[in-house]
Amino acid sequence: MGPESLEAKQKAAIEEVLKAYPEKAAKNRAKHLGVGSPDDESQKTCGNVRSNKKTVAGVMSQRGCAYAGSKGVVWGPVKDMVHISHGPIGCGQYSRAGRRNYYIGTTGVDTFVTMNFSSDFQEKDIVFGGDKKLEKCLNEIDELFPLNNGITVQSECPIGLIGDDINAVAKMYTKKTGQTIVPVNCEGFRGVSQSLGHHIANDTVRDYIFDASPNTLGEPIEVTDYDVAIIGDYNIGGDAWSSRILLEEMGLRVVAQWSGDATIKEMVQTTKVKLNLLHCYRSMNYISRHMEKEYGIPWIEYNFFGPSQTIKSLRKIAAFFDESIQAKCEEVIAKYQPMVDAVTNKFRPRLEGKTVMLFVGGLRPRHVIGAYEDLGMEVIGTGYEFAHDDDYKRTKDEIFRSTVIYDDVNEYELEAFVKALQPDLVASGIKEKYVFQKMGLPYRQMHSWDYSGPYHGYDGFAIFAADMDLAINSPVWGHSKAPWDKEGEA
Amino acid sequence: MQEIDNIVNGQKLFQRPEYKQVLENKKQFEGGMGAINPAKTAEIAEWTRSWDYREKNLAREAITVNPAKACQPLGAVMVALGFENTMPYVHGSHGCVAYFRSYFTRHFKEPTPCVSDSMTEDAAVFGGLTNMKDGLKNCAALYKPEMIAVSTTCMAEVIGDDLYAFAIAAKEEDGGEFLAEDFPITYAHTPSFTGSHITGYDNMMHGIMSQLTEGNKKEKKNGKINIIPGFETYIGSIRSVKAIVESFGAEYTMLGDHSDQWDMPAGDYSMFAGGTPIAEAKDCINAKATISLQKYATVKTMKMVKKWKHEGGLSNPIGLKGTDEFVMKLAEITGKEVPKKLKTERGRLVDAMQDSYPYMHGKKFAIWGDPDFLVGMVSFLLEMGAEPTHVLCNNPARGWEEEIRAMLDTSPACSDCHVWAGKDLWHMRSLLFTQPVDFMIGNSYGKELMRDTNIPLIYIGFPIFDRHHLHRYSISGYDGALNLLTWITNKVLDQLDEETKGIASTDYFFDLVR
Repeated sequence: MGPESLEAKQKAAIEEVLKAYPEKAAKNRAKHLGVGSPDDESQKTCGNVRSNKKTVAGVMSQRGCAYAGSKGVVWGPVKDMVHISHGPIGCGQYSRAGRRNYYIGTTGVDTFVTMNFSSDFQEKDIVFGGDKKLEKCLNEIDELFPLNNGITVQSECPIGLIGDDINAVAKMYTKKTGQTIVPVNCEGFRGVSQSLGHHIANDTVRDYIFDASPNTLGEPIEVTDYDVAIIGDYNIGGDAWSSRILLEEMGLRVVAQWSGDATIKEMVQTTKVKLNLLHCYRSMNYISRHMEKEYGIPWIEYNFFGPSQTIKSLRKIAAFFDESIQAKCEEVIAKYQPMVDAVTNKFRPRLEGKTVMLFVGGLRPRHVIGAYEDLGMEVIGTGYEFAHDDDYKRTKDEIFRSTVIYDDVNEYELEAFVKALQPDLVASGIKEKYVFQKMGLPYRQMHSWDYSGPYHGYDGFAIFAADMDLAINSPVWGHSKAPWDKEGEA
Repeated sequence: MQEIDNIVNGQKLFQRPEYKQVLENKKQFEGGMGAINPAKTAEIAEWTRSWDYREKNLAREAITVNPAKACQPLGAVMVALGFENTMPYVHGSHGCVAYFRSYFTRHFKEPTPCVSDSMTEDAAVFGGLTNMKDGLKNCAALYKPEMIAVSTTCMAEVIGDDLYAFAIAAKEEDGGEFLAEDFPITYAHTPSFTGSHITGYDNMMHGIMSQLTEGNKKEKKNGKINIIPGFETYIGSIRSVKAIVESFGAEYTMLGDHSDQWDMPAGDYSMFAGGTPIAEAKDCINAKATISLQKYATVKTMKMVKKWKHEGGLSNPIGLKGTDEFVMKLAEITGKEVPKKLKTERGRLVDAMQDSYPYMHGKKFAIWGDPDFLVGMVSFLLEMGAEPTHVLCNNPARGWEEEIRAMLDTSPACSDCHVWAGKDLWHMRSLLFTQPVDFMIGNSYGKELMRDTNIPLIYIGFPIFDRHHLHRYSISGYDGALNLLTWITNKVLDQLDEETKGIASTDYFFDLVR
């Protein structure tokens, strides 16, 4: 596919898709769709798309809510704390244990990530308020789960609407017991997507972890010159572990993971690190900026998807430290290169030239592009559920060719784009998975790694390559057409 | 490091020495008790298995831990997807809809269409009228449904939006461009803070049936039988029920038939498949009879049907006895003999039960799920001579506890059989440690119980995320009961093999023939 014809096709696809909308909606959606070009310096954001605006009503958006951003993403993986879904029963149930935030611990005893704690609001709690019930919940949790190192209160929609004061309840309880209680006002109706929930959650880390200096178990940790923290890695399928190993091999000391497999003590320790390493910029840039301002800790963004980006990132990180680290960094790169070459040699011939369309959340719509390109695959469309301008600006540097950019794409649009551009692989979430598989298209979930992973780091890249090969070259896609079907029929 | 000829994912990767080292090393920075003082963690873990813990646990009044229920709109979405070309529309913020769609999709491994009108802060202050006007119009324009079925999230309920008035206002403003005057917009208020997903099912089914039939009541009945499946997560069950009704040659309407929607063949994708035709649904008031297959999921709906003066009523076709009753009810309504085909099917089921009974007889089971599911399953367990030791329902409706108790009282082991109404799965954990059973029957949430207690889990229920294709099978009718028998018996046999496979120690009982 030549670059001109691809761009023309992409532009035509956008034009076509907008025709289906009533006028007001078409006008709105037009601003969120565009064609990004790696060479076009005039584009302010990739494809000049607008983002972080209200979703058009009545469409099948893939977005989640502020509660999902706080409980599901930022706070939920902190393993030694109990996270209460505060409000009616549904939110906690639907978000239970679906994100694959891996951890080590005895669940239900000293670790609580995959459990669902709900204050299970009833009508009387709505009418008379739920603050008393919340206090009772805190008491019961401390009695039955005595090894919890803190409790967060994740507000669902009604909390902010009925005038409950969870902040007061938390404050009182902390005063009485010394226990760390973090009230989070992340009601689902706040903001336009998960994104505000990330921000709100980040702010509560600042207020209730940094500023409150909670007591932590065990000996204090002595500081070294090589202390770093991994920020914005939720350890999905073990991603943070396959990242951590590389940083340790190059001589750094990873004292904290945010927030996959995290404990509250690691978070407290982070204010003393030399450098913060930020993977998911979208969900944790806030707290990184805060630590820079308040504690003078610099932060850099890195990308551990695919060898090209991993190598670049390792060197970028090493450059912050002395020559011994830089030398070890080169040793690490050299150590893994034969494995990378073997993986590329094995899979690239099977994947070369295959086109991909992505639609994911925080960082992956741009971060995974390099990994696909390392395998010879071509990303021709990408977009974010809940990105802001700064994400789309960063995306400009990651694309390799004319790429259709769709912000907050809904199912109607994504289906239309896929039909128009006919990629060989669609990589997005669970809600869309079976739509495209029904069409006979290979598909990989890029939130949960489709129950595989990790995909971060060198070891992760090998898994990523094998999984993409599995998806694209599986014989099952060839069975859709029955032998008696005539040419042209499905 | 990965080996090129043996690339492994995290399951095995993290078992390698270099990663074990990484995880061990990480502990020095961790503040969890497992890293600081593992003996203390072990001590507390032991305490959570005790009677003392159980008593404290059962005394919980406020916090729910590991529930076995969901919220109302989930059920409403299921109802909507059972009607032809109908878009479920949830008035509220879109996070909820993302959750409903993920939840159903993870269970069925099928797409779940549903839209929301993305209410946010301004709607919380001014109400969601604008969202609804735009939303209905956009939904109709893009997806071209034949009907839109509107339910609500708790946000919309707390601010008190009026769906009926909003739907009228939306049509007025649209002026017929996308929403014709007679375009059906059915609706139900489904507050998440009342009842559970089955309440939402009931409310939406009531909404659709009452609103579509408005003004359609005729003097003469049309002779048909309405069947309401309830919150049915087994696609095969709907098909079994249809086959039974069809074997009587009866004309019927399955009200809310989502069996094709969540079981689409590969090859092409269309957003909607199957479902009750809207025209038929409009006529359901003129039926001769209505049978609800889930009493507790259709309380409000059946109250309305009672006023319609239909024959029929309630019938739960799970297990032998339940299916017999359903069949006899149909015989009564249609005035026909029970067809030979069904008699044969029944005979085959009973034959199979008589073949396998030694393995289920006297075995203790813990089971949880929705109230109607439990009524059917407990009946089947009792028919096999099994002992339902713990029957737990997190979302019981009025009368359920008494109904189950009465059933258990027919068992010789009745004094060891317990009903737990309104309890959750963390309660169940205590029950399993203090009064153990041989097997559990339940959904994927039983997985952690299986890990903690070592009691084998037989996957029957909803949601099932981590086993494939079970939802395609039936658990209703004689063929459904045969599936139940097969799954349970074979799990018992698997366990027997597991327990006897020790070489030169227990494998004398590792029999080839059982």
